[in-house]
Amino acid sequence: MLALTYDVGNIWLDALLGLLAVVALMTLSTFMLIWLERKISARIQMRLGPMRVGPYGLLQTIADAVKLMGKEDLRPKTADRWVFELAPFAVFVPTFAAFVAIPFTRDWAVAFLDLGLFYVVAATGLSFVGFLMAGWASDNKYALLGGMRAAAQLISYEVPMVVTLVAVAMIAGSLNLSEIVLFQNRVPLFVWQPLGFFIFIVAALAELERQPFDIPTAESEVVGGPFIEYSGIRWSMFFLASYTGLMIYSLLGALVFLGGWEWPLGSAAGLWLQLILIFVKTSLFIAFFMWVRFALVRLRIDQLMSYCWKVLIPLAFLQVFLNGFVLVYGWPDGFLLLTSGAGLALAMYIIYRAVDTEPRKLRMVPARGGASSAQPATVDATGSE
Amino acid sequence: MVQERGPDTVDINVNMGPQHPSTHGVFRMVLTIDGERVIDVEPHIGYMHRGAEKLSENMDYRAAIGYQDRTDYLAQFLTEQAYCMAVEKLLELEVPERSEYIRVILCELNRVTSHLMFLGAFGIDLGYFGTSFTYGFRERERLQDIFEEVTGERMMYGYFRPGGLAWDVPDNFVQMIRDVLPHTRQGLKDLDMLMTQNEIVAARTKGIGAMNLEDSINWGLSGPMLRAAGSDWDLRKDKPYSIYDRFDYDIPVGSHGDVFDRYLVRLEEAYQSLRIVEQALDQLPDGPIMPEKMPRRLRGPDAEVYAAVEGPRGEYGIYIVSKGGDKAYRLKIRAPSFCNLAALRDMTVGNYVADAVAILGSIDIVLCDVDR
Repeated sequence: MLALTYDVGNIWLDALLGLLAVVALMTLSTFMLIWLERKISARIQMRLGPMRVGPYGLLQTIADAVKLMGKEDLRPKTADRWVFELAPFAVFVPTFAAFVAIPFTRDWAVAFLDLGLFYVVAATGLSFVGFLMAGWASDNKYALLGGMRAAAQLISYEVPMVVTLVAVAMIAGSLNLSEIVLFQNRVPLFVWQPLGFFIFIVAALAELERQPFDIPTAESEVVGGPFIEYSGIRWSMFFLASYTGLMIYSLLGALVFLGGWEWPLGSAAGLWLQLILIFVKTSLFIAFFMWVRFALVRLRIDQLMSYCWKVLIPLAFLQVFLNGFVLVYGWPDGFLLLTSGAGLALAMYIIYRAVDTEPRKLRMVPARGGASSAQPATVDATGSE
Repeated sequence: MVQERGPDTVDINVNMGPQHPSTHGVFRMVLTIDGERVIDVEPHIGYMHRGAEKLSENMDYRAAIGYQDRTDYLAQFLTEQAYCMAVEKLLELEVPERSEYIRVILCELNRVTSHLMFLGAFGIDLGYFGTSFTYGFRERERLQDIFEEVTGERMMYGYFRPGGLAWDVPDNFVQMIRDVLPHTRQGLKDLDMLMTQNEIVAARTKGIGAMNLEDSINWGLSGPMLRAAGSDWDLRKDKPYSIYDRFDYDIPVGSHGDVFDRYLVRLEEAYQSLRIVEQALDQLPDGPIMPEKMPRRLRGPDAEVYAAVEGPRGEYGIYIVSKGGDKAYRLKIRAPSFCNLAALRDMTVGNYVADAVAILGSIDIVLCDVDR
């Protein structure tokens, strides 16, 4: 069995092994995730999904990958050549780099960083540059619109994401992901920080550009947005990056809020149990993200922005303040739970108030034969079905 | 046209369509946008022009039925109904009871399939990743199977004839429909649950693309677009044709005239159509399907007739000018999609790009109907 941390002695060999491990993990998990997403979407939409290639269509993604590699790598004549060709890497590399610092078990990770949380957030936050590059260089108005949308969205949602994670780091007293997990060996953080947990999930959805926040790539509006001119292997790199992003945010959520490999077994868990725990928790996030994708419609860009700046960011700072009080005055944790829960209720209330959820009644005008055309239209408010 | 505005910003023209996933066919609209705001819309139509009217004028009255299906290809029975009604009016043919009932049943089921198609496609316009579409199509498929069983065709039925029907329905016709109706109801309810109460759908549709009653009438809107704005105008009620005066049903009328009301009106209309179908099935008489004395060749007098039906998109009318002979001298189609589409610009300007898609979806155009 290959442990992901080793000390072969040679720093280059170490790096190479780590790199191979990450690439293998990324590719494999992406293949599985794409298959899973197709199957889940098929379930939700009363279809079968891929069934032909391999058992239950398991090999469908591989077949698709081969097909994509065989496709011609097209570039529009008027595109900005180098920016266009480098854009997929600008999306791919940060996601890839973020993966390096994520620990999977107590002693499995490519690199244990003391600033792990900071590093992961910083690295994933860079990917918007690639979207902007792709949008600008494609010389396509849809791509431009999509690229601008992506930049606005990703930068905006980076703020609540970071602030929530700051709140977590305050409580845990560390930016090291392993130590944050260790801190949760008795009670996971989503219990103490329900508001932070909620903001994290919403911001992660937005960062991943999934419904209801798939505004940059909106199929029915900008037809794929920044990716519109890409084909073949470059297009699949965007795809790979997006699914790796899904994996990273799910892992991050599992580590930071669900107690990673520590909760609920604590130090009693052996390697396998730790792996199972982290797998289950990550899968919960992934399943949630996929479920949401096929159950919700898209927000509009202005709604998205005002939701971020007017609701999420103030509430994220509220969470930081609460944690600050608890830390400075040493108030009991129950206070944190209560206030953060109240903050979550406030967030829900704001959403409820912002949207006109009043059910509308239709006026039902009865039509009965030729007589009804003579009599004046009577109002019979029976309402809709 | 790139228009300079201030030192730094320019408006850009986005050419949406003819190939675009949410223009419902080959419709092209040139959006002039300032950032994400639409400041001008220029619709371009005509990509689907086939000359359906001219083609119909070169066919005798029976042969031209085939071209009527192809205008509003989501409400084929209703287009046939309008055409046959016009020819019957011209030739003063009396349609037998049984045929009238079968026509009403098929037309109302066709209205349901059309609205199901709308609900599915509208969900996609708003951003569902196909979920609303599959739900809509599950039920549409069951009804389509009935149409196939009756007419032998899945899309271009060509089943109505001036004076009646091409052939009688199969023996299990009534039972077949009765079996499907609960499923259809359930499917509509599923779509209702999926979309009506959804906060994001509400945020995206309420108050968007609103048009008041006066403007709606001035633009010549009809069908659900008009009823969403607050009028109870429905040809089935106000100018009863066929045998619609024998059924009990309600006309849903909205009050805001926005995208959400249009959606709601269509959803409710589908339920009401099912009510009509149930009553018609109860009353379905036996008897002949064609009048006793049908002329072998249909020759019209020197006359002009107009017949209109309440289609799922609005008033679908056929205007025939006859100068004698077995062909129409002039045949004009009053296409509801075309008239409703005219108001697109008024509704869209000032909204966001995403709203433009939702508004276009809410008009529920069929491009073959627009261009003819």
